[in-house]
This record gives sequence, C-alpha cells and structure tokens, in this order.
Amino acid sequence: MAAPTRKAAIVGGNRIPFARSNSAYAQASNQDMLTATIDGLVARFGLQDKQLGEVVAGAVLKHARDFNLTRESVLGSRLAATTPAYDVQQACGTGLEAAILVANKIALGQIESGIAGGVDTTSDAPLAVGDDLRRVLISLNNAKTLPDRLKALAKIRPGQLVPEIPRNAEPRTGLAMGDHAAITAKEWEIGREEQDELAVRSHRNMAAAYDRGFFDDLVTPFLGLTRDNNLRPDSSVEKLSTLKPVFGKGEGATMTAGNSTPLTDGASTVLLASDEWAAENGLPVLAHLVDAQTAAVDYVHGGEGLLMAPVYAMPVMLARNGLTLQDFDFYEIHEAFASTVLSTLKAWEDPAFCKGRLGLDAPLGSIDRSTLNVNGSSLAAGHPFAATGGRIVAQLAKTLHEAGPGKRGLISICAAGGQGVVAILES
Amino acid sequence: MSDWYRDFANSGFGTTVTRQLGLPRPAVLRRHEPGQPLLPGPAVIGSAGEGRLREALTQLLHAEGIHVQSPVTADGSGDGEKPAAVILDATGLRTPADLASAHDFLSPAVKRLRATGRVLILADPPSDAGSPAQAAARQALDGLVRSIGKELLDGSTANLVYVPEGAEASIASPVRFFLSGRSAYVDGQVISVSAATVPAAADDEKPLAGKVAVVTGAARGIGAAIAKVMARDGAHVVAVDIPAAGDKLAEVANGIGGTALQLDITADDAPQRLVEHVRERHGGVDIVVHNAGITRDKLLVNMDAARWNSVMAVNLQAQLDITQALLDAEGALKPDARVVCVSSQSGIAGNRGQTNYAASKAGVIGMVRAWAPRFAERGATINAVAPGFIVTEMTAKMPFGTREVGSRINSLQQGGLPVDVAETIAWLSQLGSAGVNGQTVRVCGQSMLGA
Repeated sequence: MAAPTRKAAIVGGNRIPFARSNSAYAQASNQDMLTATIDGLVARFGLQDKQLGEVVAGAVLKHARDFNLTRESVLGSRLAATTPAYDVQQACGTGLEAAILVANKIALGQIESGIAGGVDTTSDAPLAVGDDLRRVLISLNNAKTLPDRLKALAKIRPGQLVPEIPRNAEPRTGLAMGDHAAITAKEWEIGREEQDELAVRSHRNMAAAYDRGFFDDLVTPFLGLTRDNNLRPDSSVEKLSTLKPVFGKGEGATMTAGNSTPLTDGASTVLLASDEWAAENGLPVLAHLVDAQTAAVDYVHGGEGLLMAPVYAMPVMLARNGLTLQDFDFYEIHEAFASTVLSTLKAWEDPAFCKGRLGLDAPLGSIDRSTLNVNGSSLAAGHPFAATGGRIVAQLAKTLHEAGPGKRGLISICAAGGQGVVAILES
Repeated sequence: MSDWYRDFANSGFGTTVTRQLGLPRPAVLRRHEPGQPLLPGPAVIGSAGEGRLREALTQLLHAEGIHVQSPVTADGSGDGEKPAAVILDATGLRTPADLASAHDFLSPAVKRLRATGRVLILADPPSDAGSPAQAAARQALDGLVRSIGKELLDGSTANLVYVPEGAEASIASPVRFFLSGRSAYVDGQVISVSAATVPAAADDEKPLAGKVAVVTGAARGIGAAIAKVMARDGAHVVAVDIPAAGDKLAEVANGIGGTALQLDITADDAPQRLVEHVRERHGGVDIVVHNAGITRDKLLVNMDAARWNSVMAVNLQAQLDITQALLDAEGALKPDARVVCVSSQSGIAGNRGQTNYAASKAGVIGMVRAWAPRFAERGATINAVAPGFIVTEMTAKMPFGTREVGSRINSLQQGGLPVDVAETIAWLSQLGSAGVNGQTVRVCGQSMLGA
C-alpha cells in the first residue's frame, strides 16, 4: 500500500561565495568548504546540536580519502553527531539530485528534515598515479620480504611518475565539455552576440541582487571572500566581444571564456523539511519541491548533444503535472555555457525537434526571457560542479517566496555524461 | 588580552616594587561567575536620618543568604569579618547637617571594607526635594560617592542610586547589580530608578530564560561578548552584523546556540527586514541591543562628508530607525521589551578627532532619555550604556603609550573588558530592571574623562 505523500518544504539555504579555481580557496579542501557551509546554515537556522533526518551531498572531483565526505563534514560541523549522511554524485546534477533525494524521503515521511548540498574544488583536485605505477605500489605493499620489496621497487620507471590530472573531458569522446557544447551551439545556430548578451545579463542580475541584499541570507563569507570573485558587475557586450573563442574550431566558433563558466571552487547547502518540522522549529517555508525528473541522452552514438538531456526531461515532468512550459513565474536554467541555455530554449521552441525527438504534437514553446535567471546564474557566480544545484534551489526558493504565495519556478540543469535534472518549485 | 601591568603589580615581586615606588596597583576585579554568591562576605547597612529602605535592603540581602552586620562604631571595632559591602540608606536626609551621620557611618565602615568591595548609597532624588536645603543635602551625595570611588583601593567601587517616593519596588535589581561581580567596572556612577511594576525575581542563574535578544554588531569585540553573556543568562540571541562579517558572526551564533542574521543595519529596508525576521522566526523580540558602531576619526577641519555621514548612519540613525520600526510594527516588540543602546565615553566627554563619533554617541543618550516615558507606558524600558576604555582588538592596535595611559586614567587603574559592558547590558535587559529607564550607565571604572 502506498503511503500518502507530502511536499517537502525548502526552508532556506547557505553557500560560501564561489571562487575561481586557484584563487581564494586554493588551499581549501572539499571537506573544509562543505563543513563551513553546513555551519553557516546551522547558524542561520539555529540547528546547533540538532539531529536532522539526513544530510546528502557530494562532490564531482573527490579524493580517495573523501569516501565519506558528507558524513565527515557533518561530524566536523555543529550539527548533532547523530545526524546520518551519505554521498551522491551525478556530475553537475549532484546538488539538485541531492535535494530531490532529501525531498523524496521527506515526502514519504521517512525523515522530517534534511540538508542537501554539494561541493567542488578544482584547485585542491585529486591527482592519481597511473595504473602501471599503482600496480607496482600495490605489489610493493603486499611484499613480505626485503628482496620482494626491492624487486617490486625495481619495476618503477620514470615515465610512471607523471601523475594523472583530472580533466574536464568526457571519457567516451575525449572531448572537453565546452567542445561538446560548441557542437550543439553550431547545430542550433546560436550566435556569438546572443551568448554574450546572456552572460552580461547574468553578471548584471547577480550584481544587482547582491546590491539589494538578496544574498544576505543565502551566502556566508569564507576565507576572506564576501562575494563570488567571478562576478563582473561592469561586464558589457562590447568587452565580451573582444574575447577569442576557446571552444569549437575555426570561423564559426562562438564560445569564449566570457560566455562559458570557469573552473570554480565552492559549496552550497539547502535545508529541507516537512511543513510541520519547519513550524515546530519556528522556521519559514520559502517554497515546496513539487516534482523532479531526470533524463539521459546518447551523445556518443545517438546524435544528441551532450548537454541536451534536460530538454528531454522537461516534457515528461510537465505532462505529469498537467503544466505547460509557460505556466511558471521564474525559470532557472543552469548556465554551464550561454550557448547551452540558448540551445535548450531553441529546442523547446522548435516544432520539428519537439515532434521528432520529444514525440510532442506541438513544441513546448518559448518563455518570457525577463523571467529567466533573474538573480544571475552560473556565468556570473561560477560553477563549482556539485555546488550549483544547491545554489539554484535556494536562490529560486527565495525568489518565489519574495514574489508571494502560489508562484511557480522551474529548474533545468545539464550534467556530464549526457544527463539532465529538472525540477518544479512552488511558493 | 592580558593586562601585563596588572599581573605584574599583583605578583610577589611586583607588589614590593609598586609599593616602594608608589606606582598604581590595579586590582584583579571581582567579576561574575555563574553560581557565585552576590557578595563574597557580609554587608553592613547604615542610615542617615530616618530612612525608608533599610528594612527592604536587609530583607533583600537575607534572601541572598548574606549576613548583615550592625554599623561599625566610630572607634572601628566591628563585629568580626570585614564587610564586602557598605550600604547607606540616605532616604532620611533633610538638611546638609544630616550628612554628618552619613560621614559617621561611612568613615569607619569603608575603612574596614575588604578588597573588591562595594559602597552603595541610596537616596531620594534632588529634583523631588521639598526645600533647597534638602535638595542640597541629596545632591551632596553625588560628590560624596564620586569621591569615595576615587579613594577606594583594590578593585572596590562606589555608586549611588536615587530612589524617588513610590519607586521602592524598583531597587532590588540595581542593588543586586551594584553589589555583584556583574558591575565590576561600573564605578562612581549615579542612576535614578522610577516607579514601575516589577515582576517577581526570575531565576538568578538564568534571568533572561525564554527571552529573544537581538544584538547588533555581534560578530566580534564587545558585541560578541554581549551575545555570549545574554546566552549565558538564558536568552536566545539573534546575532546581527554586516554580511561581510558573516563568517565571524556564524561562529559567534554557533558558539552560543543562537542564530545569525546578516544585515546591513543602514540599508533602507533593514528595519523592515529585522521586523519581519523577529516576527516570523520568534513571534517578536524581548531584548534589543543596539551595539553596532563604527569610527571614522579625523579632526573636524579635515573631516569629509562621507566620514561624518557613515558614522551618523550606523551609530545613531540606524538605532532610531530600527527602534521606531519595532515600536510601530504590531507584534514585533514585546510589551515588556528592554532596549539597550550603546553610547560611549566620547559621547559624554568628547574626544579629539571624534566629532562625528562623539556627536552620534551623545545623540544616543538624548534618544533614550526622550523615549523612556513612552517605553514606560507599555512596561518597557530603554537605556544606554557608555563604555570607557574597553580592551578589544581595536585598542590592541593603539600605540603602547596611548594604550597604557588610556587604560590607567580611571579609579580602577585598568581597562575594562568587553564582558563588563555585556554584564551591564544583560542587567538592564532583565525584567526585574523595570524601574531603570532612560538612564545612561557608564562602564568606565570611573574614568577621569567626562566625569
């Protein structure tokens, strides 16, 4: 018998300012950042020594020692040590997926409260030794006698000492994510100027949001940083137009460092709860997580773009909720690249694509662009992979709350491996 | 931050050296520790004329488990133990001639006062006197108590409380405060109580239990100390500071089981956001401590508008705007609320290079005085606390000479600690302090500046 479900409430969030790779957080580990971010959330909502239902978080780039990253962060935080935790990883979808997991357990009545989060560092990234050297070292470790050990050591060759540095590339294609996005941008004929315009709007929206205090209860400073250091309030299309393309090849290349997200360090958390738990603890309910959907595309052999999976997830979720793409007050489409946002929107507007690929009688249609990423998104803040979902959920929940009850918001996040996560929030 | 000179002067060798050279010997002050008795020894109570408070004072001390001795005779033969407090009920004063009996009581009693002792005088306010002679006699106590403060050694203090007819119920809280370690650095002060409905004494250990207290500027220094003392006394603290100080603020909040609210109190919508926060999260606020303050020092002739305006905005206008918003908004400020505003010694004495700061801090004193009657109507109070030289990160950055001189020119010959300011604020925040309203209490060790 299925138990009746309820919608999980989003109480609020906390993140540290995001920092470009090898800048303010160069010496900070994932655990440092996630712990500080949880502690900021604890301070905001008075959760000291409280046992929550669960803390779910993850990182995309992870050291082997961080096998229990989230639980270790909880143990280092001011939460009760009796709060259980586990790690998840779905590339750039990690943060939102974590929120969905926590929300689902709340919906089922299995927990009353929980924290969803994500963290990533590309500065303190793990280095791995090559498989050859790794095998030598393992046999060295297993060797019981001195001669055996010397024999194992003798197998080491200078070439094996070069470490393997993690790359932002798809294992199955060897292409950087940006190069994949460039292929899609070309397919959908996304122009340079519209990408730059989107990037400028993101910077300006986020700078304005900071200036009006919007982030006062969403961000806690960390290691001397009080705002995202990728943010360029004075960004302009003229300035961006001078940048040289970094992804794609030749004449038609449009994607630059200005309209693509940089490698970023940071962490984010979201506090979710049942309405009852929020009320008992005197905490606000900003919005509810109504529904969510994931999808994946075959970008290796199937002829679909690497970052186009959210396009497929969306109609499934809309149909299940009896909604159209236009039934939302605010849209949060993760700006991995400006071209990704624009390709996504174009695909939903395209009758042939919607019919052929999505199997829809009519296209999902267009949205009011003035309701898109109204307080800035990843092009401005930067994109610490697993931390982006938490940033977006908390930011959208607050936007909806400010707009008043009954407002609806949509989230769309693309992820490596040809995956996508979408979700509906409602105030 | 340790006081190296005080530690030296209290060491074996240091005691000898400072005695022989006639150098100041700052005492280790008696500060409040949870669980300690109000006084470390007996008290002696005397009267000048036919006072009306002696009985109430005796009962109060007995209730605290303190032995009350009979007055010391003129030849100095007291009954046994040296007193830890000398209390004079001077409500019977009619003429300056009656002051002789005050002298007769105080002189031998104060001589026997033990270290970190307390001298406390209670009298009717001069403003209520029936004749010029009576007013003179009452006002004379002001000079008397301030002089005793300067004569006392070893960390002892002297203070005066004016108690008008009908305000007898209001004395318990100030008497307890001035005798206790909470007032360690409050010396040579004169406060007036007023008639008020005073609730039955709360839990002595947790006098602020169940209360919600907003403390601005709570990320560090005096503000962090206030937050800690409020939490120690049982309050849930909403620690407020600018967003840029949010990491320090979170540490403070997490350290005391409070909550952090990142808010620039000078923002246009700050009062409204604070109102909404306390209503939504706590169903209103019981205690508001306006502690946030900044300095932008320059001589007046060199001071630009930005320096002037920013100091005024943070130190004065924000206190006004937030208090007004809390008063105006239904259900934001509890009826029996306590508002405490941090002023400064500079606001009383003035300070070279601080025209903006001193003006803002003097403004605070005027503000609480003007608001007090309105607060009294609803059973609330509003008071100011004016710290003197308080040892903080800020004073640690002062040049050695300036710092040493600044910290010694007071009767206790040492700088105060942030906790001293915090204890005074926490006392004013108690429900029992209902009769203390519109006052400015200096926490300055009886500083020579502006005294």
